Amino acid sequence: MTESLRQHIIQGLDKNIRLDGRKKDDYRKVWIEYNVSNSAEGSARVHCGPTDILAGVKMGIEKPYDDTPDRGNLMVNAELIPMSNPEFEVGPPSDWSIEVARITDRGIRESKALEQKTLCIKAGESVWSVMVDVIPVNDAGNLLDMAGLGALAALGVSKYPGKKENGKVDYEKHTDKKLQLACKPIPVTVWKIGKHLVVDPLTEEEKVAEARLTITTIEDGTIVALQKGGETPLTVEEIDEMVGMAIGVAKTLRALLE
Amino acid sequence: MAYTKRFDGRAIDDTRPITAKVGVVPRADGSAMFQIGNTTAIAAVYGPREMHPKFMQNPRGGVLRCNYNMMPFSGHGDRVRPGQNRRAKEISRVMENALRPVVDLSAFPNAVVDVFVELSQTDAGTRCAGITAAAMALADAGIDMKDLVAAVAVGFVDDRVVADLNYNEEHYNDYSDNPDKDRPVADIPVAVLPGSGLISLLQMDGEVKREHLKEALELGRHVAKKIYEIQKKALKARYME
Repeated sequence: MTESLRQHIIQGLDKNIRLDGRKKDDYRKVWIEYNVSNSAEGSARVHCGPTDILAGVKMGIEKPYDDTPDRGNLMVNAELIPMSNPEFEVGPPSDWSIEVARITDRGIRESKALEQKTLCIKAGESVWSVMVDVIPVNDAGNLLDMAGLGALAALGVSKYPGKKENGKVDYEKHTDKKLQLACKPIPVTVWKIGKHLVVDPLTEEEKVAEARLTITTIEDGTIVALQKGGETPLTVEEIDEMVGMAIGVAKTLRALLE
Repeated sequence: MAYTKRFDGRAIDDTRPITAKVGVVPRADGSAMFQIGNTTAIAAVYGPREMHPKFMQNPRGGVLRCNYNMMPFSGHGDRVRPGQNRRAKEISRVMENALRPVVDLSAFPNAVVDVFVELSQTDAGTRCAGITAAAMALADAGIDMKDLVAAVAVGFVDDRVVADLNYNEEHYNDYSDNPDKDRPVADIPVAVLPGSGLISLLQMDGEVKREHLKEALELGRHVAKKIYEIQKKALKARYME
């Protein structure tokens, strides 16, 4: 079943036509809604064609880690809920949801987009922790890129909650103080199917792809994170071409952010 | 100070503003969103499909399985840890009971109809919003149904019967400075089958007298009728373009 689907997809790609009529480097229409959940400190809903994901930020006050006493904590989690895809199941996080979360996390962390020192309340005693949850409502492919875009969009509109006199968070109060973002790291994944490279895959394309490379870049084109997936190795030339595609797409996606 | 005027100025039988939309999760067989005030529920239905694990299959007919989940950022305070806790499990089961009377799964032995209910923001009344969304999603999925199900929380705040309590009303005693503040707020979620007026979900936290309960249930049925009209309108909108 998968092999015949794969052949069908590759025959199309040979003529630069994908299952939904797009070209190999075409991205579906992406749009972002902000502050979709009043319970969160910041939230966003990102649509990529029929793919639809929610990202929300909660903030709390915690004790810092011993090795980083003056830095706040960042945590990124992906909940691949069974609502969004008939193949997702209820239960502990799958390998796929861990990988989605870790790739999203790595881009934000390694680019130092979130300046963790600004989250320090009192060194060694208390710091803000920023918890980002990314949740697909409808997974019609390209979760990886949308998770990163959604997380960044939600962080970008997040505002600190209030603080009580006893040092605890006051969620009833909202301040106007926004989270500081130093840059906008955008992950773009390029998928290899046969000898072809495509971006923004459909579910079917994700299924038959033999390799993928997620390239996270910031405004000046600097690469801040890489992750290769899939069992098939890549040539240096392929990697270079993938990076070029990713930088181009990232520019377009970044322009959509508020 | 008695509770003569509601915090947000509503009449006693008024709900918060409602938005309902059917067909919000394209990959699912049926789906719907129901928003009431700052509580948003999304429901998606998959099935009838093969039941896993196998030992839960029923050869006499299909099984309705609900899964209630609050998104981690949807809580009123701290982040909600992902995964099913005891509260979510209980709510999932009472949702099944609330919806089961209207669906006919006799044609699907050994199959399951999965209903996933997700809350993206919460301000009280989540199980009712979830049931109301799930009923629309089941209809959208083409499951045989005798009726819809419309749910709302009713209750007593300082001896005043009110419909669709919000978070502040549920926690009225924490805010009020009246001498009777130890009198608990009664919070009574009810699910109503609008066609017959039967009640398929009934829970209560708090304290209530027998005659007050009757009054509250009548109010619940009255408000459920209004929600039912909104459900029907949303379903029709999906299929009339």
